[in-house]
Amino acid sequence: MTAHTLTERPARSTLLDGLGRYVPIGATLALLLVLYFTGVANYPKFDQPQVVAKLFIDNAPLLVIAVGMTFVILSGGIDLSVGSVMAFSTMASAWLTVEAGIAAPLALVLVLAFGTAWGVLIGAVIHHFNVQPFIATLVGLFLFRGLTLQISETDVSMRDIEFFGWGMTHVEFFGKVRDGGFWLPYLSFGAFAVVIVAFVVLHYTRFGRSVYAVGGSEQSALLMGLPVARTKIGVYAVSGFCAALAGVFAAFATKSANPLANVGTELDAIAAVVIGGTLLTGGAGFVLGTVAGVMVWGVLNTLIAFQGNLSSWWARIAMGVLLLAFILLQRVLARSGEKRRA
Amino acid sequence: MSDDPIVQMTGIRKDFTGVRALDGVDFTLRPGEIHAVMGENGAGKSTLIKVLTGVHAPDAGEILLEGRPVRFHSPGGAQAAGISTVYQEVNLTDNLSVAENLFAGREPRRGPFIDFRAMRRKARALLAEIGIDLNVAAPLSAYSIAMQQLVAIARAVDIEAKVLILDEPTSSLDRDEVEVLLGVMRRLAEGGTALVFISHFLDQVYEIADRMTVLRNGALVGSWATADLPQGELIGHMLGREAATLEQIERDASAHRVADEEPLVRAEGLGRKGSIAPYDLTIRRGEVVGLAGLLGSGRTETARLIAGADRADAGSLVFDGAPAGRHNPRTAAARGIAFCPENRKTEGLVGDLSVAENMILAMQASRGWARSVPAARRDRLVAEFIEKLDIRPADPAMPVKNLSGGNQQKVLLARWMLVEPKLLILDEPTRGIDVGAKADIQRLVAELSGGGMAVLFVSAELDEVTRLSDRIAVLRDRALVAVLESEADMTTDRIVDAIVSGGHRA
Repeated sequence: MTAHTLTERPARSTLLDGLGRYVPIGATLALLLVLYFTGVANYPKFDQPQVVAKLFIDNAPLLVIAVGMTFVILSGGIDLSVGSVMAFSTMASAWLTVEAGIAAPLALVLVLAFGTAWGVLIGAVIHHFNVQPFIATLVGLFLFRGLTLQISETDVSMRDIEFFGWGMTHVEFFGKVRDGGFWLPYLSFGAFAVVIVAFVVLHYTRFGRSVYAVGGSEQSALLMGLPVARTKIGVYAVSGFCAALAGVFAAFATKSANPLANVGTELDAIAAVVIGGTLLTGGAGFVLGTVAGVMVWGVLNTLIAFQGNLSSWWARIAMGVLLLAFILLQRVLARSGEKRRA
Repeated sequence: MSDDPIVQMTGIRKDFTGVRALDGVDFTLRPGEIHAVMGENGAGKSTLIKVLTGVHAPDAGEILLEGRPVRFHSPGGAQAAGISTVYQEVNLTDNLSVAENLFAGREPRRGPFIDFRAMRRKARALLAEIGIDLNVAAPLSAYSIAMQQLVAIARAVDIEAKVLILDEPTSSLDRDEVEVLLGVMRRLAEGGTALVFISHFLDQVYEIADRMTVLRNGALVGSWATADLPQGELIGHMLGREAATLEQIERDASAHRVADEEPLVRAEGLGRKGSIAPYDLTIRRGEVVGLAGLLGSGRTETARLIAGADRADAGSLVFDGAPAGRHNPRTAAARGIAFCPENRKTEGLVGDLSVAENMILAMQASRGWARSVPAARRDRLVAEFIEKLDIRPADPAMPVKNLSGGNQQKVLLARWMLVEPKLLILDEPTRGIDVGAKADIQRLVAELSGGGMAVLFVSAELDEVTRLSDRIAVLRDRALVAVLESEADMTTDRIVDAIVSGGHRA
């Protein structure tokens, strides 16, 4: 046994370090509050609980997709295929139930299984053939948009399938909206469940911690003997599953499938993840940050809807500006981190 | 100690796109021994280790682990079989906590969920066992590289390893940390673990190793018990040439005279807040000025101000008769200052470009983008420098990242020699490279200064500084505390005295 013990205090205090990790997500939450109270101050009825509840109704599919994207981005990858996979999943749900006459629950299981299988396939291509995720998933973006349009070039209605009524079934809280209560559909609870499961998986399971490790340094993770292949394929499977689930949610929400739906949704999801504080280089971020990022997008849209005389494109302009601000914030934080270490 | 080998490798061969990295190498490891693998850079030590740990698959040969033939396809597979490794660069993920790094992939769990409390408790116990005390919940990035290295070792130790491989684990550690590590190694060996130790520090090897296996140019030279192999003989085996190379330079360097003229560099009160206190320093043409001091004493910072890599906020700098206070690396290079930074991988070389392309970079930059270096001239220059610096393999088209550390350093040196600078600043040019390449680089520095180039030479190794330098500037606590000029002062003892006394003679 050695005679003396080596001690080293962290280069900065742990408390501060903990805080440092939470600065991006803190900024997102602050922004969210500022946006919300701007709305409350300027528009009547903005303070109704239903305004908040509506965020989780309109954005349930985006939330689910963004959660899947968080896994991929944390591992250091990117998934551009999710918008097309989502549209394809909605269309496939419609076709399987309306045209092929398959029972709705079975059809949805098939769709979800297919989305997951696609994720496994593209993850395997990315890992085993060492293809950049950007290009590999771009394949999916084109492929599934094309396949969706191949199934139908026009909207397909699922109104006659009784099963699809389930998703928008209301649950009321604290009475009617006019009495100060609010309601949420089953779909929103589905989205909440996805967030909670994702949170637990990312923070409390080996798979989740491996995602962070691979995102921190793939080479190191490999040399530490972590299952890098399984992890990388796993994150794309999660993302594929989430995209398919979002497509199913859309089927429930609209009871119709539009072949040109969700063009660019993958980019909205990436923006939400980044605004939520996840580093695009991987290894750092929180799934709850992603929830906040999606909410920022939702509140921006709500603000513009309340204003009434602005084009909805202003939401995108604002999102662009915010994205820029958050990327710069991340760089500044990363750089000050490097300096402190040096 | 049992005599049945735990690992027996026979006839291992490994090729990399036309280069034979290992050729019929045999290696035997017994339980409870500390076995050093010695050789120059590029001798095949790292490749041998990587074959054993499953990073590379051998092209021929057999590996027996406890008498049974094995073939690993990944480091994970080797780990599962009881072979774990600590690499030279810290291979942990610094975005995760210390505890998570120690237990990644084998976290204590309750059901499917990680039991963080148990993990932190076990992490503290494990670190205490090897004699370090850290906040295990803090991210690894909060600690120094040395401490990260010790964490990596703790991780490897805790994996029920029958074989523990340490590939240059001490290159970033200071003396106390090395003591801790060697203590841990001895204890493990007593417990029956077989250790493979790779290090460029011969003192450490002789202090700890029971046996040595020497490789040269991818082939086995032989295996000896440490007691049967004196240092001189070992170096002879490693180099395959006269062991007196290092002594030779001493005479060369002290032989050349410094011309008495206006200095090339005159720094007066040059400093930068938080980086280095204002200092005075002159460098004359044809002179080698060494910068000596402990790690963190401001050696690199001193050099960076003169190189223009950092901007000074005090004092003045005159270079070649004209002020150069506000220069940046680009203008500095244009005026004839070449700067080889310490971290060759991230600050110097472009790994995916070839040897030739890397060499030509600075020359091309000095000519501007519109006048490319003619191919014939380029090929001739590159071939000349590959031969002159003895870069191996001698293939100008090889991507630089495939070269060993010493050869990468030579490529970087060649780049600056091509533009024929007036002042060459070398920051730790021999760090982490083997004796042979070190000798090559030292000889080169002596030659260059003999040819009239001024050299500012930063090194942690005092022997090297005293051997090469005409004058030595000694640093301590981010201040220049003494400049040793007279022949009598040029000894490691005097440098240590100057560091200890802070420059004030007792």
